[in-house]
Amino acid sequence: MSNETAIQVRGLCKSYGETLAVDGIDLDISQGEVFALLGPNGAGKTTTVEILEGYRHRDGGTVAVLGQDPANAGRNWRARIGIVLQLTAEPELTVAEMVTMYAGFYPKPRDPSEVIELVGLGGLTARRGNQLSGGQRRRLDVALGIVGRPELLFLDEPTTGFDPEARRQFWELIEQLASEGTTILLTTHYLPEAEALAGRVAVLASGKVVALGAPATLGGRVTQDAQVSWEAPDGRRTLQTATPTKVVAELAAQFAGEVPGLAVSRPSLEDVYLELIGAGR
Amino acid sequence: MTATSVSRPGTPPADAVLPRLPGAWRTGLVRGRLEVRAFFRERQSVVFVFALPAILLVLLGSIFGHDAAVRGVTVGQIFTAGMIAGGIGATSFQNLGLTIAAERERGTLKRLRGTPLAPAAYFIGKIILVFACTIAEVVVLIAVGMAFYHLHLPTSAAKWWTLAWVFVLGTVACSLIGIGISSLPSSATNSFPVITLPFLVLQFISGVYVPFNNVPPWLQHIAAVFPLKWMSQGLRSVFLPAQAATLESGHAWQNGQTALVLAAWIVGGLVLCLTTFRWRPRGDG
Repeated sequence: MSNETAIQVRGLCKSYGETLAVDGIDLDISQGEVFALLGPNGAGKTTTVEILEGYRHRDGGTVAVLGQDPANAGRNWRARIGIVLQLTAEPELTVAEMVTMYAGFYPKPRDPSEVIELVGLGGLTARRGNQLSGGQRRRLDVALGIVGRPELLFLDEPTTGFDPEARRQFWELIEQLASEGTTILLTTHYLPEAEALAGRVAVLASGKVVALGAPATLGGRVTQDAQVSWEAPDGRRTLQTATPTKVVAELAAQFAGEVPGLAVSRPSLEDVYLELIGAGR
Repeated sequence: MTATSVSRPGTPPADAVLPRLPGAWRTGLVRGRLEVRAFFRERQSVVFVFALPAILLVLLGSIFGHDAAVRGVTVGQIFTAGMIAGGIGATSFQNLGLTIAAERERGTLKRLRGTPLAPAAYFIGKIILVFACTIAEVVVLIAVGMAFYHLHLPTSAAKWWTLAWVFVLGTVACSLIGIGISSLPSSATNSFPVITLPFLVLQFISGVYVPFNNVPPWLQHIAAVFPLKWMSQGLRSVFLPAQAATLESGHAWQNGQTALVLAAWIVGGLVLCLTTFRWRPRGDG
């Protein structure tokens, strides 16, 4: 099951007028995978995702999402995907009315009250859309995206505007959905989010995939030089090295014990990411 | 799998793999019920769309209503007939134009498009909304007319029939134009100049706020292009006595022409909707 392809993209292209927004993207995402698309604004993330969702038409390349071309997939296909959009809620309808109505669009939906509980709106079922805070609206967006029990869930910048606690809760929800076998494609600006959730990430820059892999190994993160820094008698010293263990052992000998202010670090995902999108420009 | 795929002989095997999608009628009815509920919860729509014609009818009628227009006809009766036409336009054209423009801007339409909801179900919901609101509107205005201005319910089957077809053709024509025009405002805040203002002007020149025989001829000619003038004329033929036909510009009720104009607007409105309806906000792909 887990080795079947949920999303296959080959040579995807899309331009708006003169601007090439997506410039030959290839992607393979397996069923059950949590996959993140990273990239700065204008890198082509949203365009790519909206083509996969069937909202936009492509100019070139082939796309198969759950085995079908989104450009002409029908209602049965839509019943198998879930799309989380960040929208203004219906002002006059309550949380319960919205989630129950959307559940009614799908052949085998989740129980609406369970979904409301799951996204943390349990105490607010009778609250109308115009009475919800920004964070509560985002939770409702998620509820509407997952109530149809999708095999494949699209999340575009899902935690923008979340406070740290809400973000943690949201991550737990995504982990739960993933553990139930839902394939998840998310886009994010927020690198710790990709690191926490995604098994693999692709970095987009100027419409191209500039790196692809597990967050821990992206851009040769594990094999790059480490940084060792410490407090020397004449001030703080920093050393780039391929052999940090050796450097630390030498320092330990030199100081005859504790090395003051010792820190050993590898490039963070953010460092690698910034380097990648800089290189892609 | 076994539990669902046994005991239904004749079921194609595809059914076991693809569960049946909820039908357009069922989801459309659910949407319709919620649309009506949302309409009557929103103060803005209740006051400015639903209640305004009745309020204006009481106001205008109190100011001018008891003058005799011709023998046996009061201005109040003429206002009531016209205001029923205006009320139909408010709960169909204005209501749909404003709500769909807002739904498009909020992204409601985009979100619905991403679900397996049949597009027909969305429109079934809107049809239910429009007919529920419009029937309620007409009942309220007839009640106001009967209470204040000696309006009488039609007494012959022929007049009831005219009321029925003017109501149905007028509502459908105005709804289709409303759906079509909802694509015009670049944002919901632009709805006033594009939807509310033209409708207001049209009500002044089509015999809703001012008796049609008091409207200058050149404005009468403009009004005659649009459905509202014909709806109010058709409704006058239902609620006013025969001698009031002399007040009409053609000195006759011209019901055949009314039916033709409304039918033409239905055809034109349908073409407009089919060619311009967008599920996404403007500037979003």
